[in-house]
Amino acid sequence: MSKRHISTTVNGDAAEFLAEPGATLLDALRDELRLTGAKEGCGSGDCGACSVMVDGRLVCACLMLAPEAEGRRIETIEGMAQGGRLHPLQQKFLEHAALQCGFCTPGLLVAAKALLDQNPDPSETEVRYWLAGNLCRCTGYDKVIRAVMDAAADLRQVRRAS
Amino acid sequence: MTDVMDRPALKVVGTRPIRPDGVDKVTGRAQFGADFHLPGMLVGKIKRSPHAHARIVSIDTRKARALAGVKAVITAADLPDLASQEYEAGESASNLRDLSQNCMARDKALYQGHALAAVAAVSAQVADEALDLIEVVYEVLPHVIDVEAAMEPSAPVLHAHLFTEGLAERPATASNIAKVNRLGRGDLEAGFGEADVVVQGRYTTKAVHQGYIEPHACVAQVSQDGQCQVWSSSQGQFMVRTYCAKILGLEIADIRVTPAEIGGGFGGKTTVYLEPLALALSRQSGHPVKMVMTREEVFRATGPTSGAVIEVKLGAKQDGTIVAADVVLKYQAGAFPGSPVGAGSMTALAAYDIPNVAITGYDVVTNSPKVAAYRAPGAPISAFGVESAIDDLARELGMDPIVLREKNGVVSGVKAVYGPTYRDIGYLETLKAIKDHPHYAAPLGPNQGRGVAVGFWFNVGGESTAAVHVNEDGSAVVVTGNPDIGGSRASMAMMAAEVLGLPVEQVRPIVADTASIGFSMLTGGSRTTFATGMAVTQAAGKIVEDVKRRAALIWDTTVDKVAWESGQAVCLDATKSAVKPLTLAAIAAQAGRTGGPISAEVSLNAQGAGPGFAVHLCDVEIDRETGHVTVVRYTAAQDVGRAIHPAYVEGQIQGGVAQGVGWALNEEYIFDADGQMENAGFLDYRVPVASDLPMIDAVLVEVPNPRHPFGAKGVGEAPIVPPLAAVANAVRDALGVRMCDLPLSPPKIRAVVDGLAS
Repeated sequence: MSKRHISTTVNGDAAEFLAEPGATLLDALRDELRLTGAKEGCGSGDCGACSVMVDGRLVCACLMLAPEAEGRRIETIEGMAQGGRLHPLQQKFLEHAALQCGFCTPGLLVAAKALLDQNPDPSETEVRYWLAGNLCRCTGYDKVIRAVMDAAADLRQVRRAS
Repeated sequence: MTDVMDRPALKVVGTRPIRPDGVDKVTGRAQFGADFHLPGMLVGKIKRSPHAHARIVSIDTRKARALAGVKAVITAADLPDLASQEYEAGESASNLRDLSQNCMARDKALYQGHALAAVAAVSAQVADEALDLIEVVYEVLPHVIDVEAAMEPSAPVLHAHLFTEGLAERPATASNIAKVNRLGRGDLEAGFGEADVVVQGRYTTKAVHQGYIEPHACVAQVSQDGQCQVWSSSQGQFMVRTYCAKILGLEIADIRVTPAEIGGGFGGKTTVYLEPLALALSRQSGHPVKMVMTREEVFRATGPTSGAVIEVKLGAKQDGTIVAADVVLKYQAGAFPGSPVGAGSMTALAAYDIPNVAITGYDVVTNSPKVAAYRAPGAPISAFGVESAIDDLARELGMDPIVLREKNGVVSGVKAVYGPTYRDIGYLETLKAIKDHPHYAAPLGPNQGRGVAVGFWFNVGGESTAAVHVNEDGSAVVVTGNPDIGGSRASMAMMAAEVLGLPVEQVRPIVADTASIGFSMLTGGSRTTFATGMAVTQAAGKIVEDVKRRAALIWDTTVDKVAWESGQAVCLDATKSAVKPLTLAAIAAQAGRTGGPISAEVSLNAQGAGPGFAVHLCDVEIDRETGHVTVVRYTAAQDVGRAIHPAYVEGQIQGGVAQGVGWALNEEYIFDADGQMENAGFLDYRVPVASDLPMIDAVLVEVPNPRHPFGAKGVGEAPIVPPLAAVANAVRDALGVRMCDLPLSPPKIRAVVDGLAS
């Protein structure tokens, strides 16, 4: 079967790629655009390591077909740091030692940002349920949850100041 | 070795700097196994057995080879038929023939998912089509997966050449029992004769998977001159190199392995599955070949740890003195011998000073994936049985469970059942940390229960190499050969910075390929911070000696008149009172005039690893309607010797607890009547998610290990040992009924609750 030509926006820039009709968005990001920050941990939407934003919605890139990305706005972990500055979530993950192997980290960060964008003041329980779709086998989640709560508190301060 | 440095003297060790590889990992830049790409790279895929046990009558690959885009097809016929030989390269000895036949089945498929053939093609789609075109004729054989069923004389025999080792006489017939091992001391019968109270139980656990989120992945390339390169995610690039050389019959010098970042291992990446096949495919095709497992393949074809049966009988006097213990362990090995029953036996009673002991372990092959190391291999299983029985004994005696453990606990000077005499252990201190913790006295709510359990892991040392290079500006590079699974680069940089007197940010640690650093055993056994850390510390120490010598040269004095203080050479020569101290940067700037580049490498075989003891306290709440068990509070104390980077030490403890809780409550391999795994995915094999767990309070107890320059003991493995029993003991406390079969999943809890109601 011939490949389809897909035009999309990735991290703010126009991006085009060729995709087999059955290829996933994750395949396209990783193999065509060489954006390998999103990881394949399961290929079935259970682990969240491939979390990306599509038109502002959190999705598992392994569950979306690449041709469905036509005309959409994709955001990946590669676009989270702005210029030379880490996003506060990225900085807090480092400060709290919220990663060990780091494989699930991009997905956790993308998912956590999606939460804080819509709920700036989540409870611990809300963070835990929101991130329940992102498996981490190393940390036991403790430091991950603390990092997200701390980043949320920082972001609230920034918002109040501005 | 020099005395352990005092805590107040330490400037870097014990602090919590940001890890040097952190930014790459929060920005998606870090390259894991599947992220590597070479021009002209092919996709490699594996044909796997649909049967749990079958003779391979024939494999016809002609149609697959003929498919356009297929560049290579291999079967076991393309690998040397190795003789049986034990070889030490992973976390424990492996038999090279078994290792090879686990990578690619030769005469029989021994589990569903066993590799039979592999292809390399221009795309994943073509590779998949090619797999479908490979024609395999099977003679399906009866299979056996349950460990006790496999031990029956009437069970289907997996290996006609396997005769039980460890018996007084060589048996006449082949068996699935690969080995019987026995440990013990004293007189068991006399011991139980002295006992006022005897408790016993039979406990079972199911096979569980390490569950690293990154599936196995590699890229391999064989050049026309036979030079091989591998980029792969593993716990040891030298292990990959050795195993590939052995399996393919290559010279070690012809293979260079570069470690990718590793997305979790927990012991499961201490062996090879893909790398030898990718090399063989690359050799045949002349192209680089990438192989990446699916999650389903990870579950079906890579090592879980054993399912097991544990029988425990304990005898104690009325005052709580345990006088006798009899433990029988039966562990599934999977398709080839080598379950962790040996370590399970050695650790089972390691925390107890008991005069009369017998521990018998059975290593049993079964038609399931060959087990691989999983964090403190074997220990959580035996501890589940022993710690459940100890809990019952405490109830029987009316004693506090911590007091009972203190009364029988090992201290320095006591000889462990498994052989050595303990030195500098902090077990009683760790028990006390839990006894004194506010959690221990906190009130419980309705339907809640509390459990205590302890765990032990040896920790190991072993062979490591480290190099320290001082750059022209006085900053430094630390080179080791150990993949960084959980932040060990940070610890390496910190130890070097401490010795050199540099800020940690001026020390960059890297994990080098097999051609760029001397041999190092893999990252496993909780050895890296201890053993490789020792090599780093000694290499940094050599740098200090060297720069002192150079300072003496610059000052025209003798080296005994030079001290190294706070990262500077200080002149002690009274005749040179005017000279100012020389920083590392100042000395580095003149390196050319004082002997050339400043560099040191140390290779050693580290001895004297200090064992780890962990004491866990767990509160659960039972939903009697659904049978769901929630862990509502968890406190884990551990003697860590000295925490180099406390945040990553806490992280190891918290992660081990989470895995142990999953093992206790949710996780299990489920097989159907045909031996097919029914839950080979993260939806049905349910590892704990964020909403399943509370915060995990990690309490670091520091009883320094005098045989490490900073007092470190291994920390990664002990924390997975107690949780199985800590959870089960809490459920016992909540329900009033002892549950002996893991996982304590909702249907089992419901059955108990229903039984209580009727």
